[in-house]
Amino acid sequence: MDGETMTSEWNTPVLELKNLTTEFVTKRGAFRAVDDVSLELHAGKTLCVVGESGSGKSVMSRSILQIVDPPGRVAGGQALLHRHRTARAGAGEETVDLLKLNPKSRAIRSLRGRDVAMIFQEPMSSLSPVHRIGDQVGEAIRLHEPVSKKDARERTFELLRKVEIPNPGKAIDQFPFEFSGGMRQRAMIAMALACNPTVLIADEPTTALDVTIQAEILDLIRSIQDDSDMAVLFITHDMGVVAEIADEIAVMRFGKVVETGDVYDIFERPQHYYTQRLLNSVRELDHPSERRLAMRKERPVGAPCLVSDNVRKVFGGSKSWFGTEVEGLVAVNDAELELRSGENLGIVGESGSGKTTLGRCLQRVHDVTAGRILYTDSSGLERDLAPLTENQLEQPWRDIRTVFQDPFSSLNPRMTIGQIIAEPLVVEGKLTGPQIRERVYELLELVGLPVSAYMRYPHAFSGGQRQRVSIARAIAPNPRIIIADEATSALDVSLRTQILDLLLDLQERLDLSFILISHDIAVIRYFCDRIAVMYRGRIVETGDTETVCNTPQHEYTQSLLSAVPVADPRARGQKQRVRYREAI
Amino acid sequence: MTANTETDPRALEQKPEDFASQWRLIWIAFRRHRLAMTGAIIVLMFYLVGAFAEILAPFDPNESSSANIYHPPQMVRFIDHDADGGWSFSPHVIGMTMERDKFTLKTTYTENPEDKIYLDFFGKGEPYKLWGLIPMERHFLTTENSDERFFLLGADRLGRDMLSRTIYGTRVSMSIGLIGVGLSLLLGLILGGVSGYYGGKVDMFIQRIVELVISLPTIPIWLGLSAALPQDWSPLARYFAITIILSLVAWTELARVVRGRFLALRTEDFVTAARLDGCKRGRVIFRHMMPSMVSHIIASVTLAIPVMIIAETSLSFLGLGLTPPIISWGVLLKEAQNIRSIAQAPWLFAPGGAVCLAVLALNFLGDGLRDAADPYVQDSH
Repeated sequence: MDGETMTSEWNTPVLELKNLTTEFVTKRGAFRAVDDVSLELHAGKTLCVVGESGSGKSVMSRSILQIVDPPGRVAGGQALLHRHRTARAGAGEETVDLLKLNPKSRAIRSLRGRDVAMIFQEPMSSLSPVHRIGDQVGEAIRLHEPVSKKDARERTFELLRKVEIPNPGKAIDQFPFEFSGGMRQRAMIAMALACNPTVLIADEPTTALDVTIQAEILDLIRSIQDDSDMAVLFITHDMGVVAEIADEIAVMRFGKVVETGDVYDIFERPQHYYTQRLLNSVRELDHPSERRLAMRKERPVGAPCLVSDNVRKVFGGSKSWFGTEVEGLVAVNDAELELRSGENLGIVGESGSGKTTLGRCLQRVHDVTAGRILYTDSSGLERDLAPLTENQLEQPWRDIRTVFQDPFSSLNPRMTIGQIIAEPLVVEGKLTGPQIRERVYELLELVGLPVSAYMRYPHAFSGGQRQRVSIARAIAPNPRIIIADEATSALDVSLRTQILDLLLDLQERLDLSFILISHDIAVIRYFCDRIAVMYRGRIVETGDTETVCNTPQHEYTQSLLSAVPVADPRARGQKQRVRYREAI
Repeated sequence: MTANTETDPRALEQKPEDFASQWRLIWIAFRRHRLAMTGAIIVLMFYLVGAFAEILAPFDPNESSSANIYHPPQMVRFIDHDADGGWSFSPHVIGMTMERDKFTLKTTYTENPEDKIYLDFFGKGEPYKLWGLIPMERHFLTTENSDERFFLLGADRLGRDMLSRTIYGTRVSMSIGLIGVGLSLLLGLILGGVSGYYGGKVDMFIQRIVELVISLPTIPIWLGLSAALPQDWSPLARYFAITIILSLVAWTELARVVRGRFLALRTEDFVTAARLDGCKRGRVIFRHMMPSMVSHIIASVTLAIPVMIIAETSLSFLGLGLTPPIISWGVLLKEAQNIRSIAQAPWLFAPGGAVCLAVLALNFLGDGLRDAADPYVQDSH
């Protein structure tokens, strides 16, 4: 994969996009989601399209096969598929402009899935829940090729083996609900590969998956590509994934491609300032924040203020009518954890590891099944929060606050920003109306929002701004501890550092302690002093963030860290991946 | 420290909606729904007609005359031609004379071009009391000569003016919908709210009751209940009894809507946030959850009114709902129960047309409200 071979293939693209423009027609005029995009895809190469949310990368990929949802429509440009340059080549030159075809015509249907296949982001909803895996993959074959049912089944079996689904003979007759997320995505890939496509369009295929599974899916796509000389158009927002898989990169922003080039060029010599900024914010996140380190020197971490003592949470377990014990789901299994005052504690884990439940138990939003939650308040009094009722929790709830993950559902759309932030103060009832108003203005300023936000409604704000509102609400009653549950996950990379820096800033000014719950090691590394790794409801490892990240002790931590993609294409393939299988 | 996010150059100009409250957003969404707007206007007109029935009706709805039995509808003519060829604008109808066939005893009406009955806008007619309070005598449309009669929608078997009767019927039929829905809303809100908020066994119990009520065949239940009403009750008492009977069955649907919204909202992050802000249960419900539900409730209420109207009409049609002298569309349609009226006086179905129009308009209105009820749905990305 050196420069020589790349240039020789440079002039023979299999799919060429020329001035592709897609518009969404609204009442107030046409909105150009994709604006004059020209790209080339080469056989056996992967082109990564990177961009933040709303950059039009997904719409662009959907425009190629003309499956943009209305009111979107392709307004101009060409998508030339050079069939004569592929393995399926006929005798003469054969170039099809996909955008010239009627989106409902037989011609484009015969190309979709056969020459150009697609994998979507959400493996849960892209498979039909009422058909067997084998039938769905087999259908893709039988639609395009005149083969018997028996032959199709045999080929499906082969495909499932190719995408490394264990025990394909059994899997072929299973339903999607019997598969995990990663397995479903494998099945989706098998379906996409059914007719040996020339071009594979993968729209954020690993975003919904855990890192360890993401690493496996990326390996799979790469190994298939090595075998079949397929061109891959890979859409992602994650620079780590890009560094891992891309041959060429196109950076998109506001519907336009701002920069294209070879993966090494882009990572080492980015030209456009937006690419530079994107890379900077990714690289910044991979190291401990300078700011935090400086702050710790001035103000050392104090005594434990929130301790989880063997906390256990079981959902749904109860005695049934006949007196037999119904086994519930153990979400948190004897968690031992302590948060010291003035420190940032990170809880990291994959989906379903119980990290969110633990966070909610610590705040006593959920009742705990067993164990103690020891909270030391500002006067030094230690209390066990576990047995308290909702009325007794009033003061602890003012001291321990939450920033939620989803900036859209955590703000009541029917209240103004001012009302939302003022709510805890109004309920507390200590301040008068004008005093509350003053305090809200002060809070708005603290989180970097204009005072004019006071009268506006949440729908007038972007995700990052809403998260600031959420933070303002959290710090309103002068809390001591803030539990931030995936507070940055819904945001773009460049916004993540901004929000994290804001939290650090507030920590310095207001003397706060943080618990940051995240699945993203980079965010934890930037923000947290100590880290707790959760796996299936258990805390498997705790320690200083840098120590754990550099020399992980537990096998699961090792596998988790080794699966995290590094935003450096030169590091590709050097890391030895550890796979962790729990001994049951 | 301020957020230095760069703005998207493609972004369209600032929307005025950014500063809009819930109700404004609902109004904006609702206005786009043409059919619903039409429905809203028609519904409004129906309620206006109901409110000002005395002014709009040309005659007393209960005044009968043997001379006008099954009088057919007449056309309004606006231009009056004089004998000498000139013309003038003066609305009138052509009078009709009744003839009875001596052998078959069949009555036929023939137009008598000589007999012109001139109409008068806001002329003086029979005196009445508006809403039973304000004595008045002007009608929207009446005859210049107060002895004469005209029948735009014909007359019934006692020679009563169908137009006046339909207009008076509007008042009762449209209001029974409102009052009935008000009662079922009260029941539905309380039971649905309790069910949705507490969940668990309470929810289980209330939902089973709802299912039981839904499983009962409605028409026989209504029939049974209204047959049980004492015959000596005054028409007004009977009217209220019927609304209660109707709402006893209709609350279930609303209870389910309210419960569903409660369950959906209970898991929303902003409701958890309100709890953590220290809000007591009442404040969580009324300050944070209610505003999100009100619009949905209004939409379901609008969709429940036509069901009520239909129910009242069917009950009265079967003779077990309201009874004369109360005039409702159902009571009027009862007159059109036999074949003879279909053959001889098809205009007796006019109240049926009013029922159709009112129910359709309310349904369109309700549909539009339901679609507009949550203006934040498209907003989430």
